Amino acid sequence: MHSSAVPLERPDAPRPRTLTELYWAFTVLALQGFGGVLAVVQRELVEKKRWLTTEEFVEDWAVAQIMPGPNVVNLSVMLGDRYFGWRGAVAGLAGMLSMPLVVVILIAAFLENAADTVTGQGALRGMGAVAAGLIAATGLKLIPALRSNPMGQRQALGVVAVTFVLIALVRVPLAWVLLGVGTPACGLAWIGLKRMTTRGSASTSSKEAAS
Amino acid sequence: MTPFDRADWLTLLLHFISLSLLAVGGAITTTPDMHRFLVDSHHWLTNEQFVSSVALAQAAPGPNILFVALMGWNVGLNSVGGLGHGVASWVAGLTGMSLAMLGILLPSTTLTYFATRWGHRNRELRLVRAFKQGMAPIVVALLMATAWVLMMGDRVAPFNGRIVALAVVSMIIVWRTRVHLLWLLATGALAGALGLI
Repeated sequence: MHSSAVPLERPDAPRPRTLTELYWAFTVLALQGFGGVLAVVQRELVEKKRWLTTEEFVEDWAVAQIMPGPNVVNLSVMLGDRYFGWRGAVAGLAGMLSMPLVVVILIAAFLENAADTVTGQGALRGMGAVAAGLIAATGLKLIPALRSNPMGQRQALGVVAVTFVLIALVRVPLAWVLLGVGTPACGLAWIGLKRMTTRGSASTSSKEAAS
Repeated sequence: MTPFDRADWLTLLLHFISLSLLAVGGAITTTPDMHRFLVDSHHWLTNEQFVSSVALAQAAPGPNILFVALMGWNVGLNSVGGLGHGVASWVAGLTGMSLAMLGILLPSTTLTYFATRWGHRNRELRLVRAFKQGMAPIVVALLMATAWVLMMGDRVAPFNGRIVALAVVSMIIVWRTRVHLLWLLATGALAGALGLI
């Protein structure tokens, strides 16, 4: 009844064909993720492989972020499961963790003191600054996906501004922001979806009447 | 420190299990409690080992959750007296690593698996769609806020104008071009190593 208003999954969208392909895709992006993996996930899965649209990525990211546990790990489980069921979830998780685990333990075992030198500290600082820029750029790239948000673009940008101020400037704990801002934001989206559904089914039926 | 018996390993596992579901917004939000438990109460880790586990995991490739793996690794090593005992050291280190990672990931990943399965099966429900769409602007803002906090520093790493400049330039390059991210990170590391940052 309301399916015409719902952005259904694209049946012809690119997707991993085998578990091995899924495992290596996540391994490759995990190994590129210095200072966090998110910026790489967006570039690899949305821009290069096109397994996800920007809108799908924002939605999945929201869920991965809200669930407890590391967000990229959650995302690998969610996407893996969607493509291949539980075996996909395991393959995604293994891809995200196995190689990076080996690398980080080897670094810890053999270069333990590198991070303590002045040069090492400087390099870490430089990479940290670039990583901050990567994360900010990912945020900027996701903003266009809010244009089609059912709560309306202006309201969505308002929620962005309020959340940013509370977390970055006032430093309110995340849990409070999720409850205090998240609940009304979901309410606004609910109302918007309800309005779209009524309008969507009205236009469908008028089209049917015209044909 | 005496070698760990089974009860110690179990205590380590249970501690990370108990934190797993509390790690909303990333496991990094539970580090104060890990510090209290591993460093202050049990003396399984020194403060330096704790701090360098977090720093190293952030610098190394992969999810930042690997700091938990490094903590487990170091706890294991400390239990046999360091890396100097050959196979015994590696066995203890890898045991600590596996238990810590298993504990921090198993509950949260299981919950995510079943909850998002349910959500995906019911993705046409208005409730599910309203939740995802309502949260979307919030997670975009969380990204900006994370970048802001990393850029502007805190008590540990005070404000540094050159860090902000490098971050802003990287942001514009990533936003507007398709330069490979590794080049940017390498440039940042080089600039830092040369003392320019």
